[in-house]
Amino acid sequence: MKNILTAFTLLFAGLSLQAQVLPSTTLKTLEGKQIDIKDAISTEGPTVISFWATWCKPCIKELTAFSDYAIDLEDEFGAKVLAVSIDDTRNSARVAPLVQGQGWDYTVLLDENQDLKRNLGIVNVPFTLVLNTAGEVVWKHSGYSPGDEETLAEVVEEVAAGKTPSH
Amino acid sequence: MNKFSLSLLAVLVGITAVAQSQETFGGQLHGNFQLDGQLYLRDEAIDPSGEFFPDERFLGQGYANFVYTQGDFSGGLRYENYQNVMLGFPEGYRGEGITYRYLQFKQDNLDVTVGSFYEQFGSGMVFRSYEERGLGYDNAMDGVRVKANPAKGLYLKGVLGRQRFYFEKSPGIVRGLDAEYNLTEFMPKLDSLGYRWTIGGSFLSKYQRGNDPFLVLPENVATGGIRTQFTKGPWAVQAEYAYKANDPSSDNGYIYKDGNGIIVNLTYSKNGLGLIAGAKRIDNMSFRSDRNGSTIDMLINYLSPTTQVHTYALPALYQYATQINGEEGIQLEANYKIKRKTKLGGKYGTLISANYSVVQSIDKQFVDPSNDTLRTLQGYTSDPLARGDIPYFHDFNFKVSRKVNKHFKYTATYLNLFYNRSVLEDGLGDEAIQINPSNQKLLNANILVFEGLYKIKSKHYLRGEAQSLRTQDDRGSMAMMLLEYSVAPHWFFSVQDIYNYGNPDADQRLHYPLASVIYTAGTSRFQLSYGRQQRGIFCVGGVCRVVPPSNGVSFSLTTSF
Repeated sequence: MKNILTAFTLLFAGLSLQAQVLPSTTLKTLEGKQIDIKDAISTEGPTVISFWATWCKPCIKELTAFSDYAIDLEDEFGAKVLAVSIDDTRNSARVAPLVQGQGWDYTVLLDENQDLKRNLGIVNVPFTLVLNTAGEVVWKHSGYSPGDEETLAEVVEEVAAGKTPSH
Repeated sequence: MNKFSLSLLAVLVGITAVAQSQETFGGQLHGNFQLDGQLYLRDEAIDPSGEFFPDERFLGQGYANFVYTQGDFSGGLRYENYQNVMLGFPEGYRGEGITYRYLQFKQDNLDVTVGSFYEQFGSGMVFRSYEERGLGYDNAMDGVRVKANPAKGLYLKGVLGRQRFYFEKSPGIVRGLDAEYNLTEFMPKLDSLGYRWTIGGSFLSKYQRGNDPFLVLPENVATGGIRTQFTKGPWAVQAEYAYKANDPSSDNGYIYKDGNGIIVNLTYSKNGLGLIAGAKRIDNMSFRSDRNGSTIDMLINYLSPTTQVHTYALPALYQYATQINGEEGIQLEANYKIKRKTKLGGKYGTLISANYSVVQSIDKQFVDPSNDTLRTLQGYTSDPLARGDIPYFHDFNFKVSRKVNKHFKYTATYLNLFYNRSVLEDGLGDEAIQINPSNQKLLNANILVFEGLYKIKSKHYLRGEAQSLRTQDDRGSMAMMLLEYSVAPHWFFSVQDIYNYGNPDADQRLHYPLASVIYTAGTSRFQLSYGRQQRGIFCVGGVCRVVPPSNGVSFSLTTSF
């Protein structure tokens, strides 16, 4: 039994070691400009990509709770946070006013046809990814419960220090 | 180590090596998997006759998606399985199979997809093919899509195919073209002045054979739309107009009247203030690739709601669903963050938001039924400037969120709801209501929600909700309590109870308790729940399905890789 477990661990370790880079996918900025996600990520520090929607309450909770951490992470580690909204075209008009009303300071991108969400195999929002400076996905998390923002901040610090995330 | 596990280990290490070697080809595999199931328990209090109790007792469904990307190519598929489909989902999902598969080639200015795809033109009034798995909505196209960027700022899309209809395809063919022109990219001068301006237009036609013994059905039905988005500094305007040629359908009662729709949004966002003013009017805009289709089947276009989506349990009982045969409405919303370290804002700042939305029928002058020919042709006439007189829905709500100190934050919400049950639940038409307005079932409710989040210590949080819905109508007043305890990043426990204390039927003054445990590890999530659920409506984006009452143990497993 123990050996089988070891084997499985090896298998999953193998799968998870597979360095993932983002598939080239077109998103829109709030001004309606088309941009490839590959050109939006940072090469100077870690990038956090948080998938959300205006109608998704846990998403808004997560982005609000994380916003205080984000300011520090940006200052200290050159981290960049992309808040990718999966709202459809109609709701995307609501994105900018909501972002302002929440007082967020994130770079907001629109994935109106949910192409990036599908390309990354994401089931539901909220969904968070952390990328290292090489643009490789090193951490992923699905869902949000209070306190997850603390874990996320720790992960970003570890990635900025060139370490493998411990969570 | 015995021989068996040795060989297993060898195989698995081999697979691991293969998995890793995929990387050397530059390819990537992503995907996800979801499995849901529920064991239903017979509960005579919520379902006395047993009409909602499934014969199978246990129902389960699941799917897996795989997307493989390598350089300019990508391909993917989805396998779905319903044994049998869970209560409340469309019955058409029965059985199993590969329902979605595609190959895509993408280079700088060209993007070609064959097989299944999701796409939309503008806001979707002309065309939107999308999926909403929680709703059981999936009108994926199966055919060809080409996207091109032939000149700077010009984006073209072409689609051709048939839509998904559960495990089959729609009888009608859909073909469409869309062009979007980003004037800012074309004229750098606009950009330097701070203007962002996009215009777009689309055309779509469906073909469905028509051999009705009585009606001469139009086999080709065209729709078209124009749109624009203009941004300058904090201001943005979006407007879209769509027109649909005559399309007799089961939705509109097989009339030959044409359809149209208009949506306008004005927004302002700056310095912690966000404002939205929106208006829309749609007239006879139901559009399906099968004229006999109903509910959420084979819709070609998408008519978004202009009402706010509520996620708290009690307001969510009365959600608005877009009335595709005609409606008009406005929405006003303000979000403001009162600055931190001010008297009103407190140490951390305070968020306030207010929203008002109202939807009613459009003006409809019905043609006298004694004039048979004209009635079949037009059904009714409508003056776009006149107001409709049947109220469908209104929602006024006000919300305050404030972080009090390091450990505690709260959100308080007040809502005033009006909900026309005859229209939104029973699907009663405007004509029937106009003939006998006193027959309408209406609902007026006042709702209060208080939500608090308490941080016990790092990564340990307690969240609570108290909700009260007061009404004399429908099922009467209800109260709800919810408590959640989360230990980040893995564990989450929740208990809640809704008490329908004001039900006019004394036997139905029931409790609806529900307890859940969720375990999350990275991108995998396992949820186990036990409890009783009342009948309700589940909506996403103005598209709704009715959920029957149930009692039982349910689980859900999702993972993505």
